Amino acid sequence: MGIENLFLGFQVALQPHNLFLAVIGVALGTIIGVLPGLGGANGVAILLPLTFSMQPTSAIILLTSLYWGALFGGAITSILFNIPGEPWSVATTFDGYPMARNGQGGQALTAAFTSSFVGALFSVVLITLFAPLLAEVALKFGPPEFFAIQLLTFSSFVGLGGGNPMKSLVSILIGFIMAAVGLDIVTGALRLTFGFTDLMKGFDFIVAVIGLFGIGEILLTMEEGLSFKGASAKMSPRVVLETWRTLPRYWRTFLRSCFIGFWMGFKPGGATPASFMSYSFAKRFARNPERFGQGDIEGVVAPETAAHAAGGASLLPMITLGIPGSPTAAVMLGGLIIWGLQPGPMLFKEKPEFVWGLIASMYTGNVIGVAMVLAFVPLFAAILRVPFAILTPLIVSVCAVGAYSVNGRMIDIWYMLIFGVVGYAFKKLDYPLAPLVLALVLGDLAENALRQSLIMSHGSLLIFLERPISGAITAVALFFFALPAITPWVRRLRGAPVAAVKPRET
Amino acid sequence: MRAADLTTAVVLMAGGVLVIWDSLRLGVGWGTDGPKSGFFPFWLGLALIAACLVITIQAIRRADRTPFIPPGAMTPVLKVLVPATGYVLSMPWLGLYVATTLYMAIYMRWIGRFPWLSVAVVSIVVSAVTFYVFEIWFLVPMPKGPLEAYFGY
Repeated sequence: MGIENLFLGFQVALQPHNLFLAVIGVALGTIIGVLPGLGGANGVAILLPLTFSMQPTSAIILLTSLYWGALFGGAITSILFNIPGEPWSVATTFDGYPMARNGQGGQALTAAFTSSFVGALFSVVLITLFAPLLAEVALKFGPPEFFAIQLLTFSSFVGLGGGNPMKSLVSILIGFIMAAVGLDIVTGALRLTFGFTDLMKGFDFIVAVIGLFGIGEILLTMEEGLSFKGASAKMSPRVVLETWRTLPRYWRTFLRSCFIGFWMGFKPGGATPASFMSYSFAKRFARNPERFGQGDIEGVVAPETAAHAAGGASLLPMITLGIPGSPTAAVMLGGLIIWGLQPGPMLFKEKPEFVWGLIASMYTGNVIGVAMVLAFVPLFAAILRVPFAILTPLIVSVCAVGAYSVNGRMIDIWYMLIFGVVGYAFKKLDYPLAPLVLALVLGDLAENALRQSLIMSHGSLLIFLERPISGAITAVALFFFALPAITPWVRRLRGAPVAAVKPRET
Repeated sequence: MRAADLTTAVVLMAGGVLVIWDSLRLGVGWGTDGPKSGFFPFWLGLALIAACLVITIQAIRRADRTPFIPPGAMTPVLKVLVPATGYVLSMPWLGLYVATTLYMAIYMRWIGRFPWLSVAVVSIVVSAVTFYVFEIWFLVPMPKGPLEAYFGY
């Protein structure tokens, strides 16, 4: 059954029109991934308004290809410029940049792209196998189960996200509160508008993403006063082939990283810890761990494979449950709603050509992606050699155009600017931004699920614990929420030092 | 960093109070057919205040004296923020395309000290490409001003 559906998907994804969109998406995505201040979530948000008039399947193919491109682009800046474009590329800089400085930039890039490809492919294969099963199970879910899953999503930010759990919680709450602003569709009441007509429509998550991630990132970059001292890479077919010949040696690292990535990435916010975990595992099991950090190719393979396996895995809950695993997936989910599709398990039944077209496009997008970045690395890297005085106003105006085009409202550009300043301040104060965006996107869905559940139970919160599936999920969620309070206590019992190195959240 | 942490927490708590106040107006209890409109925001506001209180206590205990913005870093940030604000301010009057041209030009000349020729070429090309992509290719209208009106758009 799965194979047939996948075949149907390939018929959609391999249409010349959709292949063309995939190429455009990968190219734009790589550029966006290379540019400071524009990441995957941002790129998808800016491009989203342009897809409103497209066919949903073509639109999602364009956006997922953009996502893959942005993931590949992040590796270029990490290796050649020592600037992680995305938080999960931080671990790639450890060995990638030293390799580039030793004149092995070509090898490092080839290894990174190939690992990304392998990791993503692994996830896509697992998605192909498991997505229909998961959707089948999810079809039996009622509102309590969906609310429990939302709870689990957000609890994992608090419990597993690292950093200050209270600040993660505050980010989530701000996101939910902002989602509540405006007209309450259920009762028709105006909430939190305080008499301002501009607030009636609420806050658009696309504008929030553009402001928080785009403008905020630019401000942060300027403050740090970046200077791009790029290493150059010689890419030739010979270098690529020679690197490919050495890579099978690391099959254990590949396999381990794939599993780590998929397992971590399935849960929200998992790509960054997955890349670090995979790196440290690779180091622990390596024959000569002292070479790590000096430019060991295995140190590039491990985090890249895991990050991309996680990046792929984060799309699984989005397709099957309608719960995004990452900010980028959240923006895509918002797109689904705008295109008139109801995200969730019913998609598999109602729009098989959409779901399977999307899954098949993950295969094609990755193949196109790896081929394009390998062929055009110097071109993409050249973008960062464009002077900053051109890039900065260019990025700001692209963001402004993106924010305006969502609803055609001037006020959205102001919101974008304000969100930019807020994003800058929050990032400096270690308030994570990803949970805020996810809560803003999911706010209405979560509230509706909560309302319907409470109506079912006549106002008793126990409904979430009494039903078997939602009970199990809620229990895990409560455990994650409690984890930050438990962990220091357990550590003290074991006599281990309370120290956790936290990757910087971007 | 401590002062900034405390300020943020206090501002957010004030926001929480506003949320609770508005929720109480809407009703936080059980209506005729389920929870009233204020139910969900009320608990969110309450949780926000509680979480911010914890953050406040943490911040008071921790003697973090590092400044929020390292000395000298304020200028580059403002150099982005001030022109961007001017850009957004001028947009309703000039239209997006003229505003973008001017913004690019001013930024490139002022910060980048580019020669006038490259300033002119880059800023005009950027606007022209944006115009083509949005107005003609994807038919997404942008704010327009007197110049566009003169050309009949």
